Amino acid sequence: MTPLIETEDIGKTYGSVIALSDVSTVVNAGEVTCVLGDNGAGKSTLIKILAGVHQHDRGSFKVEGQEIRFSSPREALDHGIATVYQDLAVVPLMSVWRNFFLGSEPTTKLGFLDRKKGREITRKALSDMGIDLRDVEQPVGTLSGGERQCVAIARAVHFGAKVLILDEPTAALGVKQAGVVLKYVAQARDRGLGVVLITHNPHHAYPVGNRFLLLKRGRALGSYEKSEIDINELTKQMAGGAELEALEHELRGVEA
Amino acid sequence: MTVTATAPPAADERLGKPKPMDQLVKRPEIGAMLGALLVFVFFSVVSEQFLSVGGAATWLDDASMLGIMAVAVALLMIGGEFDLSAGVMTASTALVTALLATQLGLNVWLALLVSLAFALAVGALNGWLVMRTGLPSFIVTLGSFLALQGLNLGVTRLVTGSVQVSGMRSAAGYESAGFLFASTFQVAGTGFYVSIIWWVLFTVVASTVLMRTRFGNWIFAVGGAAQSSRAVGVPVVRSKILLFMTTAFAAWLVGSINILRYASVQANQGIGLEFQYIIAAVIGGCLLTGGFGSAVGAAIGALIFGMARQGIVYAGWNSDWFQLFLGVMLLAAVLVNNMLRRRAERVRR
Repeated sequence: MTPLIETEDIGKTYGSVIALSDVSTVVNAGEVTCVLGDNGAGKSTLIKILAGVHQHDRGSFKVEGQEIRFSSPREALDHGIATVYQDLAVVPLMSVWRNFFLGSEPTTKLGFLDRKKGREITRKALSDMGIDLRDVEQPVGTLSGGERQCVAIARAVHFGAKVLILDEPTAALGVKQAGVVLKYVAQARDRGLGVVLITHNPHHAYPVGNRFLLLKRGRALGSYEKSEIDINELTKQMAGGAELEALEHELRGVEA
Repeated sequence: MTVTATAPPAADERLGKPKPMDQLVKRPEIGAMLGALLVFVFFSVVSEQFLSVGGAATWLDDASMLGIMAVAVALLMIGGEFDLSAGVMTASTALVTALLATQLGLNVWLALLVSLAFALAVGALNGWLVMRTGLPSFIVTLGSFLALQGLNLGVTRLVTGSVQVSGMRSAAGYESAGFLFASTFQVAGTGFYVSIIWWVLFTVVASTVLMRTRFGNWIFAVGGAAQSSRAVGVPVVRSKILLFMTTAFAAWLVGSINILRYASVQANQGIGLEFQYIIAAVIGGCLLTGGFGSAVGAAIGALIFGMARQGIVYAGWNSDWFQLFLGVMLLAAVLVNNMLRRRAERVRR
């Protein structure tokens, strides 16, 4: 099977700043590739290349086996790569269904908005994902943070995305809400989508991930299949291994 | 590890009963409707003339001229932008029409077409400048406001030697154009200006576009969160430029009504009106921050304006009181709008 996305030694330089270099990974259908790293590790740069916001300047980037270079997010979208940004997912003051269809609104023969169809499809698409909303006319801003992420995910799934890129979907959420979002990530995966999950929390990544790409200062620190690594090792690697142990000792010292 | 989503329980314990306030969020014009009713009843009681057919014709006409602009400005504000040049544009378009018809002897219809093209070009330029520079529209259109104000006075003085253009009545096509824009129709023996019909028509079209078309959906989206809209493929730049052009079109309509009704135009007309348009739109439920509001609300905001302005005259009070009324009304509207927005935007974790 050809991977949906495959990058090989991909790199990006902003002026004299090397934001990303020699990063290789794959995204397969029905699998979750997690990208982990601390702030400034190059996670954003990587997904911006995948999403068509920026262009890579080294290495190769293949979508379904085809070497590609997107010129805009719209082009990435046309290739089935949908991105859900943490704080850019929805328009808070607009109703759920208007958000759901934003940019791809259904119209009647006369060219008017088909509001009935819009509401029905939204309700159905959300309930297919296991999201039960009382009222799709309520403003998205009245939903919880997790629910809003879910609406954005359901939207991408509904409009035929093959690859779903999620930028820190759980970052601003409480424990329970994060769990809900991860459940929908797993739903999208089980529906056969390839998912790229960006996070700095290994505890969120490990339960749903198939593959883990660790970034640090723009370079790949390691790339592991789930079978090759356990959660403790993953956490340790992410936090910089030995450094964390030293920190732990210091903190214990404070406690005692 | 497989995670399967289980359907939430049928009775959702997270949701209480919908509060009346939450329903209000969906209808931003309700506050304005209540206000209009209040103003109407108040002036009907304090003045006899207010409720007469002649009185109604007067305050409806006052409201209509403001209302056409307020509705267009409301669309623009929902789209997240301001146009401070809107007031002075009503004079600019009238001047272009008048100068072409009286000085160059153009047929009025042709003059109207040229001034429409001029208006749309200025609107497009406003929009293009705002989008291209990324500067707040407040400052960009303040620039075009001043520039147009200067042009209006400068060109008029240069061509006519005075600060007004008159003599439209003798221009070819004045009668037929006047019929479309400035005639009156009879209701119960009293003449109502046709501008009232234009106002209603414009409001209906604007509201339909806003609520029932894709473009309407985009107006809310670009005003509410331009970046998010772009990310899902909404043409943000095109939408906003179209909104500036809509405002310019409305200014042309009002300018044309003015010049054909009075047959003359002052070069310093329209200054200061831009704030009245914004105030009417805000009273009608538009947020200053964009992404929320209603075209019908703005029309009602203009109606409140017209009723209060004329009602104070009928009641025999000094018109100074109108400013006080306006200020209180605006503050009340902003407070209500702000509360509604917080309700809609509040984040539950």
